[in-house]
Amino acid sequence: MADLKALVSRLMTLEDRIIACMRCGNCQAVCPMFGATHMEADVARGKLALVDDLAHELIRDPQAVADKLGRCLLCGSCQAGCPSGVKIMDVFMEAREIVYSYLGLGPVKKAIFRVMLAKPWLFNISMRVGSPASHLLFRKNKTAQNTVSSPLLRPLIGDRHLRSLPVRPLHAIVGALNEPRVSGGLKVVFFPGCMGDKYYVNMALACLKVLKHHQVAVFMSPDFACCGIPAVSSGDGQGMVDELRKNLDILSKVDFDYIVTPCGSCTSTIKELWPKYAARIDDAAMHISKALSKKTMDITQFLVDVLGVHGVEPRDNAISITYHDSCHLRKGLGVSSQPRELLKANSGYRFVEMKEADRCCGCGGSFTLYHYDLSRAIGQRKRDNVVASKAQVVAAACPACMMQLEDVLSHNKDDVTVKHPVEVYAETL
Amino acid sequence: MANSALIKEFEEMLGKENVFSSEADRRTYAYDAAVLNPVVPAFVIRPTTTEQLGKCVVKLYNEGIPMTVRGAGTNLSGGTIPDTSDTVVILTCALNRILEINTNDLYAVVEPGVVTADLAAAVAAKGLFYPPDPGSMSVSSIGGNIAENAGGLRGLKYGVTKDYVMGVEFFDSTGGWVRSGSRTVKCVTGYNLAGMLIQSEGTLGVISQAVMKLVPPPSASRACLAEFDDMQKAAEAVAGIIAEHILPCTLEFLDNNTIVKVDDFTHIGLPRNAAAILLIEVDGHPAQVADDAAAVERVLKACGATAVHVAKDAAEKTQLWEARRQALPVLARVKPTTVLEDATVPRSQIPAMMQAITDISKKYRVDVGTFGHAGDGNLHPTFLCDKRDKEEYARVEAAIDEMFDVAIKLHGTLSGEHGIGTAKAKWMEKETSRGTILFSRRLRKALDPKGLLNPTKLVGILGGE
Ligand SMILES: Cc1cc2nc3c(=O)[nH]c(=O)nc-3n(C[C@H](O)[C@H](O)[C@H](O)COP(=O)(O)OP(=O)(O)OC[C@H]3O[C@@H](n4cnc5c(N)ncnc54)[C@H](O)[C@@H]3O)c2cc1C
Ligand code: SF4
Ligand code: SF4
Repeated sequence: MADLKALVSRLMTLEDRIIACMRCGNCQAVCPMFGATHMEADVARGKLALVDDLAHELIRDPQAVADKLGRCLLCGSCQAGCPSGVKIMDVFMEAREIVYSYLGLGPVKKAIFRVMLAKPWLFNISMRVGSPASHLLFRKNKTAQNTVSSPLLRPLIGDRHLRSLPVRPLHAIVGALNEPRVSGGLKVVFFPGCMGDKYYVNMALACLKVLKHHQVAVFMSPDFACCGIPAVSSGDGQGMVDELRKNLDILSKVDFDYIVTPCGSCTSTIKELWPKYAARIDDAAMHISKALSKKTMDITQFLVDVLGVHGVEPRDNAISITYHDSCHLRKGLGVSSQPRELLKANSGYRFVEMKEADRCCGCGGSFTLYHYDLSRAIGQRKRDNVVASKAQVVAAACPACMMQLEDVLSHNKDDVTVKHPVEVYAETL
Repeated sequence: MANSALIKEFEEMLGKENVFSSEADRRTYAYDAAVLNPVVPAFVIRPTTTEQLGKCVVKLYNEGIPMTVRGAGTNLSGGTIPDTSDTVVILTCALNRILEINTNDLYAVVEPGVVTADLAAAVAAKGLFYPPDPGSMSVSSIGGNIAENAGGLRGLKYGVTKDYVMGVEFFDSTGGWVRSGSRTVKCVTGYNLAGMLIQSEGTLGVISQAVMKLVPPPSASRACLAEFDDMQKAAEAVAGIIAEHILPCTLEFLDNNTIVKVDDFTHIGLPRNAAAILLIEVDGHPAQVADDAAAVERVLKACGATAVHVAKDAAEKTQLWEARRQALPVLARVKPTTVLEDATVPRSQIPAMMQAITDISKKYRVDVGTFGHAGDGNLHPTFLCDKRDKEEYARVEAAIDEMFDVAIKLHGTLSGEHGIGTAKAKWMEKETSRGTILFSRRLRKALDPKGLLNPTKLVGILGGE
């Protein structure tokens, strides 16, 4: 326990930001965790108080504080509505890293974040091996979402209803891309994200189709590492830095106008976290990251704001579609009108707004791995709102949200399918 | 732990998931929104039915354990900070059912943990209106609103929480079940105990249910914003509007310091040289609203407003309100610690009070932004400081002392809506009288013989005769 002092002094670096919390309790209104448990330790005010208590040695149980910090979707809803402007997400992520570096990262997390996600070839091979064998492991659920579940893997994935794994990941289908600009046109880096590359492959293919249609040249590398958000949210700053190094290495050598991603979490990580963590590599990396950050956009925003895709009148027999705001997109980056506009660009759909469209779906990235029961409880409220909107399709511009929506709709045997806005738009081309 | 047997009993009664005894959990019920030191409770219980709530109170009474009821923990006076480390905190957040909304007889029956905004929304969905709108309404509980007699922006025309309480059911300190008031507009059966529970801050009983009055909603509204180069003129305008027999539903003001800070932060182009801006909204029938709005504009100009902006549509109205909406968020960002006060004076004394606040802030070298409800003289002088700076914080406390002195001299009050708790208990006697304190204490002792309900709050039950 000799380094308890070190833990405390590192936590004290957060004090200036924590004390900005005036304990007004406003965050209770928007926190999905609090909505599910009604426990003060689950809302931002409570967690900030606990980190502050640990920093001041009023509580001497870092594990207990770490457990409470882990009960959080890092959805940013609290920060978006905080009247004091407390930088809650920074505090939470830094506190996780500080506390975990004291407690030590568990071996499973270490394996995932340091080895798998940082070494794309290993991740790729394991997914490819996994897929053809998947019919042995997974059982079809006969639901509208075409999900599967796995009694055999229950200890690992719980009772999740997942979409069947694709046979081949995106980069194995399309390989490396480095297209020349079409006569002075635009060139983008397409960063599919782990889920776009390995799970929602058709969604990523739809993105490439749309970019091709608009004559946008694409760069994509099979060697992209994870954007780093799973590592950061698990308190593994070093894991993030390792991944970032790999990505910067690739990106610093390419000429392009924008980086686009179909994943709200990747977009916000590249824009907001890369510059911060790049500072731990060196000045050059930080400057590169800052420049990249300015060029990074969510793909829906790119299509609408840069390429000018816009809505049209729905056909008479259009089917109804609603939209779920991913937290990272709306609360983090303020992107909310563009994905809706994209849905309206397909006359085959009639857009309807659901209640609480911007309330967190409960996935929270790796949160769902450790707290599946809470994640499901939070997801149920989202599901109820989706179903109440009477939409036949729900769109979300973030693969993690898509997965959560499919899981919760499938469990309820609802006849509602899940799509990415770009998939909806791609259907028109 | 000394409590472990008792904790077990509560776990059996309420289920393990409704008893919080870990150190980490307990520490999160040690504070509320007041700038005061935390006190960590022995443990925390969360009854999920009225019956359980009653049993909990009986059990704690039998054991002689002090109890603090907690709604959302947003009060600004320390009302939910445990009195001692033996205290058990009773949460009402699982008692959050709206039991009935009666659109014929215009009332709603609610459990104490119902969130104010949820009630307002449910009522609005049925075409009715629940007017009390404290700034914390998106999270505050009706139980907490009643126990603090919460006000809000609509106080001048629509009144405050107490004007909407038709009946209350509560458990007294022994766990006895008490009912007062009814679902009728008139009810004189026995003492007005429901009235006694209003603003009792958890010291007289644990509210388990309430019947709240509803009203028909206004069908139209109109907002305008007026700029003044002199606080006195703004106050005359407020008096002038009321002298015209117009009761705006909101009549808010921002002082110069607040205007400048809001403009620095939002760049919405506020009049940075104005001494004050008034935000006025009238509501009612469309024809009445049109007449009232015209009259308000006339009065504002006659009283020397340097500019008057009238919102033409909903979008413009939202825009006009932006300055007021941003007042607290902006002030809260200036310094780490935000002490939000609510000294209230008769309307006509606003200029004198504002002058005093300006003088006091200079004398003690503290940064104060003031905004508030000009229509009811309810000011929110907001002290911006860093409580870690002991010397500065001592000056803030001295400034607040002096400010209360002035408020009382101007026939005002310590607290228009935030309550006494422990934060303002020491000034109580100055505003009232020694007799008031003793009477209140005797009342408490008679009703709470073991001194268990929030014992140190308001007038401490243990204080001498
Ligand atoms: C940003 C901000 C803005 C605010 N704006 C306003 C405003 O405009 N107007 C205003 O009046 N106040 C305002 N407040 C103060 C506060 O929100 C109100 O006092 C509110 O009524 C408290 O409700 P609560 O549920 O949080 O109660 P708590 O803080 O949980 O409790 C308050 C008191 O009531 C007691 N209590 C709670 N429930 C019960 C019950 N069931 N039975 C008996 N006693 C009970 C508690 O013991 C305590 O003494 C504001 C606070 C903040 C932080
Ligand atoms: S909303 Fe912000 S200031 Fe208020 S309690 Fe939550 S974190 Fe603190
Ligand atoms: S990030 Fe989301 S889940 Fe976490 S405390 Fe904030 S609102 Fe709650």
